[in-house]
Amino acid sequence: MPDNASFVCVVCPRGCPLEVSRADGGVSVRGQACARGEAYGRAEATDPRRTLTSTVATAFADRPRLPVKSDREIPRARLLEAARSLDGILVSTRVRLGETIVGDLCGLGASLVATDSLE
Amino acid sequence: MIESLERDVAVLGGGPAGLAAARAAAIGGASVILVEREDRLGGILKQCVHDGFGLERFGERLTGPEYAVREAASALAAGVEARTGSFVSAAARGRGGFELRCLARGRAYELGARALVLATGCRERTDRQVLIQGERPAGILTAGLAQYMVNVQGLRPGRRVVILGSGDIGLIMARRLTLEGSEVEGVYEIKGESSGLSRNVRQCLEDFGIPLHLSTTVTAVHGSGRVRGVTVAAVDPRGSPIRGSSREVACDTLVLSVGLIPENEVAVSLGLELDPVTRGPRVDQHGACLEGGLFCCGNALHVNDLADYVSESGEVAGRAAAAWALGAQGPLGASRSPARREPLPVKAGSGVLYAVPQRLDPATAGRATIYFRPNATSRAGARLVVRAAGPGALDAAGGAEILAKSYRALRPPEMERFELDLARVPAGAASISLEIERKEPYDAG
Repeated sequence: MPDNASFVCVVCPRGCPLEVSRADGGVSVRGQACARGEAYGRAEATDPRRTLTSTVATAFADRPRLPVKSDREIPRARLLEAARSLDGILVSTRVRLGETIVGDLCGLGASLVATDSLE
Repeated sequence: MIESLERDVAVLGGGPAGLAAARAAAIGGASVILVEREDRLGGILKQCVHDGFGLERFGERLTGPEYAVREAASALAAGVEARTGSFVSAAARGRGGFELRCLARGRAYELGARALVLATGCRERTDRQVLIQGERPAGILTAGLAQYMVNVQGLRPGRRVVILGSGDIGLIMARRLTLEGSEVEGVYEIKGESSGLSRNVRQCLEDFGIPLHLSTTVTAVHGSGRVRGVTVAAVDPRGSPIRGSSREVACDTLVLSVGLIPENEVAVSLGLELDPVTRGPRVDQHGACLEGGLFCCGNALHVNDLADYVSESGEVAGRAAAAWALGAQGPLGASRSPARREPLPVKAGSGVLYAVPQRLDPATAGRATIYFRPNATSRAGARLVVRAAGPGALDAAGGAEILAKSYRALRPPEMERFELDLARVPAGAASISLEIERKEPYDAG
Protein backbone atom coordinates (compact mmCIF):
# COMPACT_ATOMS: atom_id res chain seq x y z
CA MET A 1 0.00 0.00 0.00
CA PRO A 2 1.22 3.53 -0.69
CA ASP A 3 1.68 5.89 2.24
CA ASN A 4 -1.81 7.30 1.78
CA ALA A 5 -4.91 5.48 0.63
CA SER A 6 -8.60 6.18 0.61
CA PHE A 7 -11.22 3.48 0.36
CA VAL A 8 -14.71 2.65 1.51
CA CYS A 9 -15.20 0.72 4.74
CA VAL A 10 -17.01 -2.58 4.11
CA VAL A 11 -17.75 -3.48 7.72
CA CYS A 12 -21.37 -2.34 7.57
CA PRO A 13 -23.80 -0.92 4.98
CA ARG A 14 -23.01 2.64 6.02
CA GLY A 15 -19.86 2.51 3.87
CA CYS A 16 -17.74 5.23 5.47
CA PRO A 17 -15.06 6.80 3.23
CA LEU A 18 -11.80 6.05 5.05
CA GLU A 19 -8.47 7.78 4.66
CA VAL A 20 -5.53 5.80 5.88
CA SER A 21 -2.04 7.18 6.09
CA ARG A 22 1.23 5.70 7.18
CA ALA A 23 3.85 7.81 8.83
CA ASP A 24 6.66 7.18 11.30
CA GLY A 25 5.91 3.47 11.40
CA GLY A 26 2.31 4.06 12.55
CA VAL A 27 -1.00 3.89 10.70
CA SER A 28 -3.70 6.52 11.19
CA VAL A 29 -7.30 6.16 10.03
CA ARG A 30 -9.72 9.00 9.41
CA GLY A 31 -13.35 9.16 8.21
CA GLN A 32 -14.76 6.24 10.16
CA ALA A 33 -17.95 6.53 12.22
CA CYS A 34 -17.05 3.78 14.69
CA ALA A 35 -14.21 1.76 16.21
CA ARG A 36 -14.85 -1.16 13.87
CA GLY A 37 -14.08 1.16 10.97
CA GLU A 38 -10.77 2.15 12.49
CA ALA A 39 -9.80 -1.49 12.99
CA TYR A 40 -10.86 -2.28 9.44
CA GLY A 41 -8.93 0.65 7.99
CA ARG A 42 -5.80 -0.37 9.86
CA ALA A 43 -6.09 -4.03 8.83
CA GLU A 44 -6.95 -3.12 5.25
CA ALA A 45 -3.80 -1.04 5.00
CA THR A 46 -1.51 -3.70 6.45
CA ASP A 47 -3.11 -7.15 5.94
CA PRO A 48 -6.40 -7.05 3.98
CA ARG A 49 -8.64 -10.03 4.76
CA ARG A 50 -12.05 -11.23 3.61
CA THR A 51 -14.54 -13.94 4.46
CA LEU A 52 -14.88 -16.38 1.58
CA THR A 53 -18.51 -17.20 0.78
CA SER A 54 -19.30 -19.73 -1.92
CA THR A 55 -21.05 -23.03 -2.55
CA VAL A 56 -19.91 -26.64 -2.92
CA ALA A 57 -21.43 -29.53 -4.84
CA THR A 58 -23.61 -32.10 -3.11
CA ALA A 59 -24.73 -35.61 -4.03
CA PHE A 60 -28.41 -34.63 -3.71
CA ALA A 61 -30.53 -33.89 -6.76
CA ASP A 62 -33.01 -31.79 -4.74
CA ARG A 63 -30.21 -29.57 -3.39
CA PRO A 64 -27.26 -29.69 -5.79
CA ARG A 65 -25.31 -26.91 -4.02
CA LEU A 66 -24.52 -26.25 -0.36
CA PRO A 67 -23.74 -22.64 0.65
CA VAL A 68 -20.51 -22.35 2.67
CA LYS A 69 -18.22 -19.74 4.19
CA SER A 70 -14.82 -19.55 5.81
CA ASP A 71 -15.36 -19.33 9.57
CA ARG A 72 -12.84 -16.50 9.74
CA GLU A 73 -11.34 -14.03 7.33
CA ILE A 74 -8.53 -15.12 5.05
CA PRO A 75 -5.94 -12.98 3.22
CA ARG A 76 -7.62 -11.17 0.32
CA ALA A 77 -4.81 -12.16 -2.02
CA ARG A 78 -5.67 -15.85 -1.51
CA LEU A 79 -9.45 -15.65 -2.04
CA LEU A 80 -9.34 -16.98 -5.60
CA GLU A 81 -7.01 -19.81 -4.67
CA ALA A 82 -9.28 -20.78 -1.75
CA ALA A 83 -12.36 -20.59 -4.00
CA ARG A 84 -10.70 -22.84 -6.59
CA SER A 85 -9.90 -25.42 -3.90
CA LEU A 86 -13.66 -25.98 -3.41
CA ASP A 87 -14.10 -27.35 -6.93
CA GLY A 88 -13.41 -30.98 -6.05
CA ILE A 89 -15.60 -31.13 -2.93
CA LEU A 90 -18.71 -33.30 -2.95
CA VAL A 91 -20.91 -33.28 0.15
CA SER A 92 -22.62 -36.65 0.46
CA THR A 93 -24.39 -36.35 3.83
CA ARG A 94 -27.33 -34.15 4.78
CA VAL A 95 -25.22 -31.66 6.72
CA ARG A 96 -26.67 -28.99 8.95
CA LEU A 97 -25.90 -25.29 9.20
CA GLY A 98 -22.61 -24.72 11.02
CA GLU A 99 -21.10 -28.13 10.27
CA THR A 100 -17.48 -28.15 9.15
CA ILE A 101 -16.92 -29.15 5.52
CA VAL A 102 -13.14 -28.57 5.32
CA GLY A 103 -10.99 -28.43 8.45
CA ASP A 104 -8.20 -26.19 7.25
CA LEU A 105 -8.81 -24.30 4.04
CA CYS A 106 -5.58 -24.18 1.99
CA GLY A 107 -3.55 -24.14 5.18
CA LEU A 108 -4.94 -20.71 6.03
CA GLY A 109 -6.13 -21.65 9.51
CA ALA A 110 -9.78 -21.16 8.60
CA SER A 111 -12.46 -23.85 8.40
CA LEU A 112 -15.08 -24.06 5.72
CA VAL A 113 -18.53 -24.36 7.31
CA ALA A 114 -22.03 -24.94 5.96
CA THR A 115 -24.24 -21.83 5.99
CA ASP A 116 -27.45 -23.75 5.25
CA SER A 117 -28.89 -27.13 6.11
CA LEU A 118 -29.49 -29.81 3.51
CA GLU A 119 -32.46 -31.29 5.33
CA MET B 1 -64.35 -31.47 -1.48
CA ILE B 2 -62.20 -28.37 -1.42
CA GLU B 3 -60.40 -27.77 1.85
CA SER B 4 -61.42 -24.56 3.55
CA LEU B 5 -59.38 -22.75 6.20
CA GLU B 6 -60.12 -19.73 8.38
CA ARG B 7 -57.33 -17.77 10.04
CA ASP B 8 -56.99 -14.36 11.69
CA VAL B 9 -54.04 -13.33 9.51
CA ALA B 10 -52.81 -14.63 6.16
CA VAL B 11 -49.32 -13.62 5.03
CA LEU B 12 -48.40 -13.95 1.36
CA GLY B 13 -44.70 -14.58 0.83
CA GLY B 14 -42.15 -16.43 2.95
CA GLY B 15 -39.12 -14.19 2.47
CA PRO B 16 -37.73 -11.96 5.22
CA ALA B 17 -40.75 -9.59 5.16
CA GLY B 18 -43.34 -12.36 5.34
CA LEU B 19 -41.46 -14.34 7.98
CA ALA B 20 -41.12 -11.31 10.25
CA ALA B 21 -44.75 -10.31 9.65
CA ALA B 22 -46.07 -13.80 10.36
CA ARG B 23 -43.98 -14.12 13.49
CA ALA B 24 -45.06 -10.71 14.82
CA ALA B 25 -48.72 -11.49 14.10
CA ALA B 26 -48.46 -14.83 15.92
CA ILE B 27 -46.77 -13.17 18.89
CA GLY B 28 -49.64 -10.65 18.81
CA GLY B 29 -52.05 -13.51 19.52
CA ALA B 30 -53.44 -14.12 16.02
CA SER B 31 -53.73 -17.45 14.25
CA VAL B 32 -51.41 -17.04 11.29
CA ILE B 33 -50.96 -18.87 8.02
CA LEU B 34 -48.06 -18.07 5.73
CA VAL B 35 -48.41 -18.95 2.05
CA GLU B 36 -45.12 -19.49 0.20
CA ARG B 37 -44.80 -20.41 -3.46
CA GLU B 38 -41.48 -22.23 -3.14
CA ASP B 39 -40.75 -25.44 -1.27
CA ARG B 40 -38.49 -23.74 1.26
CA LEU B 41 -38.95 -20.62 3.35
CA GLY B 42 -36.52 -17.71 3.11
CA GLY B 43 -37.31 -16.17 -0.27
CA ILE B 44 -34.45 -14.75 -2.25
CA LEU B 45 -32.14 -14.93 0.78
CA LYS B 46 -31.70 -18.63 0.06
CA GLN B 47 -29.65 -17.83 -3.02
CA CYS B 48 -27.75 -14.87 -1.49
CA VAL B 49 -24.81 -16.95 -0.23
CA HIS B 50 -22.66 -13.85 0.40
CA ASP B 51 -22.50 -12.24 3.82
CA GLY B 52 -23.42 -8.82 5.19
CA PHE B 53 -26.96 -9.60 6.31
CA GLY B 54 -28.16 -9.06 9.86
CA LEU B 55 -25.77 -6.32 10.98
CA GLU B 56 -28.67 -4.10 11.99
CA ARG B 57 -31.07 -6.81 13.16
CA PHE B 58 -28.72 -9.22 14.92
CA GLY B 59 -25.47 -7.26 15.25
CA GLU B 60 -23.82 -10.11 13.33
CA ARG B 61 -22.61 -10.54 9.79
CA LEU B 62 -24.63 -13.43 8.40
CA THR B 63 -24.94 -14.96 4.95
CA GLY B 64 -28.38 -14.91 3.30
CA PRO B 65 -29.16 -18.58 4.04
CA GLU B 66 -28.10 -18.16 7.68
CA TYR B 67 -30.39 -15.15 8.02
CA ALA B 68 -33.25 -17.05 6.35
CA VAL B 69 -32.84 -20.14 8.53
CA ARG B 70 -32.84 -18.00 11.65
CA GLU B 71 -35.96 -16.04 10.63
CA ALA B 72 -37.85 -19.16 9.53
CA ALA B 73 -37.07 -21.01 12.75
CA SER B 74 -38.20 -18.10 14.84
CA ALA B 75 -41.48 -17.71 12.87
CA LEU B 76 -42.29 -21.40 13.24
CA ALA B 77 -41.39 -21.33 16.94
CA ALA B 78 -43.88 -18.48 17.40
CA GLY B 79 -46.66 -20.72 16.08
CA VAL B 80 -46.84 -19.69 12.43
CA GLU B 81 -48.35 -22.34 10.16
CA ALA B 82 -46.34 -22.28 6.92
CA ARG B 83 -47.78 -23.67 3.71
CA THR B 84 -44.91 -24.01 1.27
CA GLY B 85 -45.30 -25.04 -2.36
CA SER B 86 -48.49 -23.04 -2.19
CA PHE B 87 -49.70 -20.31 -4.50
CA VAL B 88 -52.55 -17.77 -4.38
CA SER B 89 -54.52 -17.91 -7.63
CA ALA B 90 -57.23 -15.39 -6.73
CA ALA B 91 -57.89 -12.92 -3.93
CA ALA B 92 -61.12 -11.08 -3.11
CA ARG B 93 -62.79 -9.27 -0.26
CA GLY B 94 -65.54 -11.09 1.55
CA ARG B 95 -66.95 -12.44 4.81
CA GLY B 96 -65.40 -9.82 7.07
CA GLY B 97 -62.01 -10.02 5.51
CA PHE B 98 -60.39 -11.69 2.55
CA GLU B 99 -61.00 -14.85 0.61
CA LEU B 100 -58.08 -16.45 -1.16
CA ARG B 101 -58.09 -19.34 -3.56
CA CYS B 102 -54.84 -21.25 -3.29
CA LEU B 103 -53.13 -24.08 -5.06
CA ALA B 104 -50.74 -26.47 -3.35
CA ARG B 105 -49.11 -29.06 -5.59
CA GLY B 106 -52.16 -29.34 -7.80
CA ARG B 107 -54.68 -29.31 -4.95
CA ALA B 108 -56.94 -26.31 -4.50
CA TYR B 109 -57.92 -24.90 -1.11
CA GLU B 110 -59.77 -21.84 0.14
CA LEU B 111 -58.37 -19.55 2.75
CA GLY B 112 -60.37 -16.97 4.66
CA ALA B 113 -58.52 -14.34 6.70
CA ARG B 114 -59.58 -11.24 8.60
CA ALA B 115 -56.32 -9.47 7.79
CA LEU B 116 -54.05 -9.95 4.81
CA VAL B 117 -50.34 -9.08 4.74
CA LEU B 118 -48.75 -8.73 1.30
CA ALA B 119 -45.07 -9.66 1.50
CA THR B 120 -44.65 -10.63 -2.11
CA GLY B 121 -41.22 -9.07 -2.66
CA CYS B 122 -40.00 -7.72 -5.96
CA ARG B 123 -39.03 -8.80 -9.45
CA GLU B 124 -36.07 -7.95 -11.61
CA ARG B 125 -36.36 -5.63 -14.56
CA THR B 126 -35.58 -7.76 -17.61
CA ASP B 127 -33.94 -7.27 -21.00
CA ARG B 128 -37.37 -6.47 -22.45
CA GLN B 129 -37.47 -3.39 -20.25
CA VAL B 130 -34.19 -1.81 -21.29
CA LEU B 131 -33.37 -0.38 -24.67
CA ILE B 132 -30.75 -2.55 -26.36
CA GLN B 133 -30.59 -3.17 -30.09
CA GLY B 134 -30.23 -6.61 -31.60
CA GLU B 135 -31.78 -9.97 -31.08
CA ARG B 136 -32.16 -11.83 -27.82
CA PRO B 137 -29.89 -14.84 -28.21
CA ALA B 138 -29.16 -17.25 -25.36
CA GLY B 139 -26.73 -15.84 -22.82
CA ILE B 140 -28.71 -12.78 -21.68
CA LEU B 141 -29.91 -13.15 -18.14
CA THR B 142 -30.79 -11.09 -15.10
CA ALA B 143 -28.35 -10.97 -12.19
CA GLY B 144 -30.83 -12.75 -9.91
CA LEU B 145 -31.25 -15.58 -12.40
CA ALA B 146 -27.47 -15.86 -12.75
CA GLN B 147 -27.31 -16.02 -8.96
CA TYR B 148 -29.92 -18.80 -8.87
CA MET B 149 -28.08 -20.77 -11.55
CA VAL B 150 -24.72 -20.52 -9.81
CA ASN B 151 -25.69 -20.78 -6.15
CA VAL B 152 -28.71 -23.08 -6.22
CA GLN B 153 -28.44 -25.11 -9.40
CA GLY B 154 -24.65 -25.23 -9.65
CA LEU B 155 -24.63 -24.14 -13.29
CA ARG B 156 -22.16 -21.77 -14.90
CA PRO B 157 -23.89 -19.12 -17.04
CA GLY B 158 -20.87 -18.38 -19.23
CA ARG B 159 -17.11 -17.99 -19.56
CA ARG B 160 -16.73 -14.32 -20.39
CA VAL B 161 -19.33 -12.03 -18.87
CA VAL B 162 -20.33 -8.41 -19.34
CA ILE B 163 -22.55 -6.91 -16.65
CA LEU B 164 -24.92 -4.07 -17.51
CA GLY B 165 -26.03 -2.04 -14.52
CA SER B 166 -24.31 -1.67 -11.18
CA GLY B 167 -27.14 -2.62 -8.86
CA ASP B 168 -26.10 -4.61 -5.81
CA ILE B 169 -26.99 -8.00 -7.26
CA GLY B 170 -24.91 -7.24 -10.35
CA LEU B 171 -21.92 -6.28 -8.19
CA ILE B 172 -22.36 -9.37 -6.02
CA MET B 173 -22.54 -11.52 -9.16
CA ALA B 174 -19.39 -9.94 -10.60
CA ARG B 175 -17.52 -11.31 -7.58
CA ARG B 176 -19.41 -14.58 -7.52
CA LEU B 177 -18.77 -15.36 -11.19
CA THR B 178 -15.10 -14.45 -10.76
CA LEU B 179 -14.77 -16.82 -7.80
CA GLU B 180 -16.44 -19.52 -9.88
CA GLY B 181 -13.84 -19.11 -12.60
CA SER B 182 -15.64 -16.96 -15.17
CA GLU B 183 -13.99 -13.84 -16.52
CA VAL B 184 -16.00 -10.69 -15.82
CA GLU B 185 -14.90 -8.23 -18.50
CA GLY B 186 -16.47 -5.22 -16.82
CA VAL B 187 -19.52 -3.60 -15.31
CA TYR B 188 -21.20 -0.88 -17.38
CA GLU B 189 -23.38 1.74 -15.70
CA ILE B 190 -25.38 4.31 -17.67
CA LYS B 191 -25.43 6.72 -14.73
CA GLY B 192 -22.48 8.75 -13.51
CA GLU B 193 -22.23 6.74 -10.30
CA SER B 194 -22.81 3.21 -9.09
CA SER B 195 -26.38 2.11 -8.38
CA GLY B 196 -25.17 -0.20 -5.63
CA LEU B 197 -23.81 0.24 -2.13
CA SER B 198 -20.31 1.77 -1.97
CA ARG B 199 -19.04 -1.19 -0.01
CA ASN B 200 -20.10 -3.56 -2.78
CA VAL B 201 -18.13 -1.57 -5.35
CA ARG B 202 -15.18 -1.95 -3.03
CA GLN B 203 -15.40 -5.60 -2.07
CA CYS B 204 -16.92 -7.05 -5.26
CA LEU B 205 -15.18 -5.06 -8.01
CA GLU B 206 -12.05 -3.37 -6.65
CA ASP B 207 -10.97 -6.50 -4.75
CA PHE B 208 -10.83 -8.41 -8.03
CA GLY B 209 -9.72 -5.63 -10.36
CA ILE B 210 -13.02 -5.64 -12.26
CA PRO B 211 -13.47 -2.30 -14.04
CA LEU B 212 -16.61 -0.21 -13.46
CA HIS B 213 -17.37 1.91 -16.54
CA LEU B 214 -19.58 4.82 -15.49
CA SER B 215 -21.71 6.85 -17.93
CA THR B 216 -21.40 3.94 -20.31
CA THR B 217 -24.03 1.52 -21.52
CA VAL B 218 -24.61 -1.48 -23.75
CA THR B 219 -26.25 -0.34 -26.98
CA ALA B 220 -26.41 -3.58 -28.95
CA VAL B 221 -26.17 -7.33 -28.54
CA HIS B 222 -24.43 -9.46 -31.18
CA GLY B 223 -24.87 -13.10 -31.98
CA SER B 224 -27.67 -15.35 -33.04
CA GLY B 225 -28.28 -18.51 -31.10
CA ARG B 226 -25.71 -17.42 -28.47
CA VAL B 227 -24.33 -14.02 -27.43
CA ARG B 228 -20.92 -13.41 -29.01
CA GLY B 229 -20.44 -9.82 -27.96
CA VAL B 230 -21.98 -6.47 -27.16
CA THR B 231 -21.45 -2.88 -28.27
CA VAL B 232 -20.83 -0.41 -25.47
CA ALA B 233 -20.87 3.37 -25.76
CA ALA B 234 -20.32 6.38 -23.53
CA VAL B 235 -23.47 8.41 -22.84
CA ASP B 236 -24.09 12.10 -22.40
CA PRO B 237 -25.66 13.51 -19.21
CA ARG B 238 -29.14 12.69 -20.59
CA GLY B 239 -28.18 9.07 -21.13
CA SER B 240 -27.95 9.21 -24.94
CA PRO B 241 -25.03 7.35 -26.55
CA ILE B 242 -22.26 9.66 -27.74
CA ARG B 243 -21.51 9.25 -31.44
CA GLY B 244 -18.08 7.79 -32.11
CA SER B 245 -17.58 6.44 -28.60
CA SER B 246 -18.81 2.93 -29.23
CA ARG B 247 -16.67 -0.20 -29.21
CA GLU B 248 -17.33 -3.91 -29.37
CA VAL B 249 -16.67 -6.23 -26.45
CA ALA B 250 -16.46 -9.97 -26.96
CA CYS B 251 -18.45 -12.00 -24.42
CA ASP B 252 -20.72 -15.03 -24.30
CA THR B 253 -22.94 -13.74 -21.51
CA LEU B 254 -24.67 -10.45 -20.69
CA VAL B 255 -25.89 -10.14 -17.12
CA LEU B 256 -28.43 -7.40 -16.40
CA SER B 257 -28.64 -5.63 -13.06
CA VAL B 258 -30.95 -2.83 -14.08
CA GLY B 259 -33.39 -2.51 -11.25
CA LEU B 260 -36.06 -4.17 -9.18
CA ILE B 261 -39.80 -3.61 -9.27
CA PRO B 262 -42.15 -4.40 -6.37
CA GLU B 263 -44.36 -7.38 -7.11
CA ASN B 264 -47.98 -6.42 -6.47
CA GLU B 265 -50.15 -8.59 -8.66
CA VAL B 266 -52.34 -9.59 -5.71
CA ALA B 267 -52.52 -6.01 -4.45
CA VAL B 268 -53.67 -4.77 -7.87
CA SER B 269 -56.22 -7.58 -8.16
CA LEU B 270 -57.69 -6.29 -4.88
CA GLY B 271 -58.05 -2.84 -6.44
CA LEU B 272 -55.10 -1.18 -4.69
CA GLU B 273 -53.63 1.85 -6.39
CA LEU B 274 -49.83 1.87 -6.50
CA ASP B 275 -47.54 4.79 -5.76
CA PRO B 276 -46.01 5.69 -9.15
CA VAL B 277 -42.55 6.27 -7.62
CA THR B 278 -42.19 3.33 -5.21
CA ARG B 279 -44.48 1.11 -7.34
CA GLY B 280 -45.87 -0.34 -4.13
CA PRO B 281 -49.13 0.36 -2.29
CA ARG B 282 -49.43 3.52 -0.21
CA VAL B 283 -49.38 2.74 3.49
CA ASP B 284 -49.33 4.37 6.92
CA GLN B 285 -46.66 3.79 9.58
CA HIS B 286 -48.18 0.38 10.40
CA GLY B 287 -47.91 -0.83 6.82
CA ALA B 288 -51.70 -0.48 6.58
CA CYS B 289 -53.30 0.33 3.24
CA LEU B 290 -56.31 2.64 3.29
CA GLU B 291 -58.49 -0.40 2.69
CA GLY B 292 -59.16 -1.92 6.11
CA GLY B 293 -57.34 -5.10 7.03
CA LEU B 294 -54.86 -4.99 4.17
CA PHE B 295 -51.15 -4.57 4.95
CA CYS B 296 -47.99 -4.48 2.89
CA CYS B 297 -44.32 -4.74 3.85
CA GLY B 298 -40.80 -5.37 2.60
CA ASN B 299 -39.81 -5.10 -1.03
CA ALA B 300 -43.42 -5.27 -2.19
CA LEU B 301 -43.82 -1.86 -0.57
CA HIS B 302 -40.63 -0.31 -1.93
CA VAL B 303 -37.30 -1.82 -2.93
CA ASN B 304 -34.99 -1.88 0.08
CA ASP B 305 -31.25 -2.32 -0.03
CA LEU B 306 -30.99 -4.21 3.27
CA ALA B 307 -32.85 -7.35 4.35
CA ASP B 308 -32.72 -6.02 7.90
CA TYR B 309 -35.09 -3.17 7.02
CA VAL B 310 -37.32 -5.58 5.13
CA SER B 311 -37.66 -7.63 8.32
CA GLU B 312 -38.29 -4.49 10.33
CA SER B 313 -41.17 -3.42 8.10
CA GLY B 314 -42.58 -6.95 8.16
CA GLU B 315 -42.60 -6.93 11.92
CA VAL B 316 -44.49 -3.64 12.01
CA ALA B 317 -47.10 -4.81 9.49
CA GLY B 318 -47.56 -8.20 11.16
CA ARG B 319 -48.13 -6.67 14.57
CA ALA B 320 -50.71 -4.25 13.16
CA ALA B 321 -52.43 -7.00 11.15
CA ALA B 322 -52.88 -9.08 14.30
CA ALA B 323 -54.25 -6.07 16.17
CA TRP B 324 -56.72 -5.42 13.35
CA ALA B 325 -57.81 -9.05 13.11
CA LEU B 326 -58.32 -9.33 16.84
CA GLY B 327 -60.18 -6.02 16.95
CA ALA B 328 -57.71 -4.33 19.26
CA GLN B 329 -57.92 -0.59 19.64
CA GLY B 330 -54.63 -0.17 21.50
CA PRO B 331 -51.70 2.00 20.58
CA LEU B 332 -50.73 -0.38 17.78
CA GLY B 333 -54.26 -0.67 16.51
CA ALA B 334 -54.79 0.03 12.90
CA SER B 335 -58.20 0.91 14.30
CA ARG B 336 -61.14 -1.11 13.08
CA SER B 337 -63.49 1.87 13.23
CA PRO B 338 -63.28 4.37 10.39
CA ALA B 339 -60.41 6.78 10.95
CA ARG B 340 -61.44 9.39 13.44
CA ARG B 341 -59.18 11.88 11.78
CA GLU B 342 -57.96 12.13 8.22
CA PRO B 343 -54.63 10.45 7.62
CA LEU B 344 -51.73 12.87 7.48
CA PRO B 345 -49.95 12.79 4.10
CA VAL B 346 -46.16 12.46 4.18
CA LYS B 347 -44.78 14.34 1.19
CA ALA B 348 -41.45 13.91 -0.57
CA GLY B 349 -40.28 17.52 -0.92
CA SER B 350 -37.24 19.03 -2.56
CA GLY B 351 -34.31 16.62 -2.86
CA VAL B 352 -36.36 13.58 -1.81
CA LEU B 353 -37.17 10.82 -4.29
CA TYR B 354 -39.76 9.18 -2.08
CA ALA B 355 -40.79 8.64 1.51
CA VAL B 356 -42.47 5.56 2.99
CA PRO B 357 -44.96 5.50 4.69
CA GLN B 358 -46.87 7.89 2.47
CA ARG B 359 -49.16 8.91 5.33
CA LEU B 360 -49.37 8.78 9.09
CA ASP B 361 -52.30 7.50 11.10
CA PRO B 362 -52.92 10.37 13.52
CA ALA B 363 -54.99 8.15 15.81
CA THR B 364 -51.90 6.41 17.11
CA ALA B 365 -49.17 7.83 19.32
CA GLY B 366 -45.55 6.81 19.67
CA ARG B 367 -42.86 6.80 17.03
CA ALA B 368 -43.14 6.18 13.32
CA THR B 369 -40.23 4.82 11.29
CA ILE B 370 -39.89 6.69 8.03
CA TYR B 371 -37.72 5.49 5.15
CA PHE B 372 -36.60 7.75 2.35
CA ARG B 373 -34.28 8.00 -0.61
CA PRO B 374 -32.64 11.23 -1.81
CA ASN B 375 -32.99 12.04 -5.51
CA ALA B 376 -29.35 13.11 -5.90
CA THR B 377 -25.97 12.43 -4.35
CA SER B 378 -24.65 14.78 -1.68
CA ARG B 379 -21.02 14.07 -1.00
CA ALA B 380 -20.32 17.11 1.14
CA GLY B 381 -23.09 16.38 3.61
CA ALA B 382 -26.77 17.23 3.76
CA ARG B 383 -29.49 18.09 6.21
CA LEU B 384 -32.91 16.48 6.26
CA VAL B 385 -35.67 18.74 7.49
CA VAL B 386 -39.16 17.50 8.32
CA ARG B 387 -41.84 20.18 8.40
CA ALA B 388 -45.48 20.14 9.35
CA ALA B 389 -47.76 22.26 7.20
CA GLY B 390 -51.27 23.26 8.06
CA PRO B 391 -53.77 26.05 8.32
CA GLY B 392 -52.96 29.38 9.97
CA ALA B 393 -49.72 30.11 11.75
CA LEU B 394 -48.09 26.85 10.73
CA ASP B 395 -47.77 28.11 7.19
CA ALA B 396 -45.90 31.26 8.18
CA ALA B 397 -42.39 30.03 7.40
CA GLY B 398 -43.22 27.27 4.96
CA GLY B 399 -44.27 25.03 7.82
CA ALA B 400 -43.03 24.30 11.31
CA GLU B 401 -39.78 22.35 11.54
CA ILE B 402 -40.45 19.24 13.61
CA LEU B 403 -37.26 17.28 12.99
CA ALA B 404 -33.84 17.87 11.47
CA LYS B 405 -31.06 15.40 10.91
CA SER B 406 -27.59 15.79 9.43
CA TYR B 407 -25.99 13.28 7.10
CA ARG B 408 -22.34 13.10 6.13
CA ALA B 409 -23.36 11.90 2.68
CA LEU B 410 -26.55 10.89 0.90
CA ARG B 411 -26.78 8.69 -2.19
CA PRO B 412 -29.94 7.53 -4.00
CA PRO B 413 -28.87 3.85 -3.88
CA GLU B 414 -28.60 4.02 -0.10
CA MET B 415 -31.93 4.19 1.68
CA GLU B 416 -32.09 6.17 4.90
CA ARG B 417 -34.44 5.83 7.86
CA PHE B 418 -35.33 7.89 10.87
CA GLU B 419 -37.90 7.81 13.63
CA LEU B 420 -40.42 10.56 14.13
CA ASP B 421 -41.99 11.11 17.52
CA LEU B 422 -45.63 11.71 16.63
CA ALA B 423 -46.04 13.96 19.66
CA ARG B 424 -43.97 16.50 17.71
CA VAL B 425 -46.57 16.75 14.97
CA PRO B 426 -48.76 19.76 15.84
CA ALA B 427 -52.49 19.11 16.22
CA GLY B 428 -53.42 21.43 13.34
CA ALA B 429 -51.04 19.85 10.83
CA ALA B 430 -52.53 18.91 7.45
CA SER B 431 -49.41 17.20 6.09
CA ILE B 432 -45.74 16.73 6.78
CA SER B 433 -42.96 17.01 4.25
CA LEU B 434 -39.36 15.86 3.97
CA GLU B 435 -36.79 18.15 2.39
CA ILE B 436 -33.07 17.78 1.85
CA GLU B 437 -30.83 20.80 2.15
CA ARG B 438 -27.56 20.06 0.39
CA LYS B 439 -24.23 21.54 1.33
CA GLU B 440 -23.09 21.57 -2.30
CA PRO B 441 -24.61 22.64 -5.61
CA TYR B 442 -26.49 20.09 -7.69
CA ASP B 443 -24.46 18.02 -10.15
CA ALA B 444 -25.28 18.38 -13.81
CA GLY B 445 -26.35 14.72 -13.76
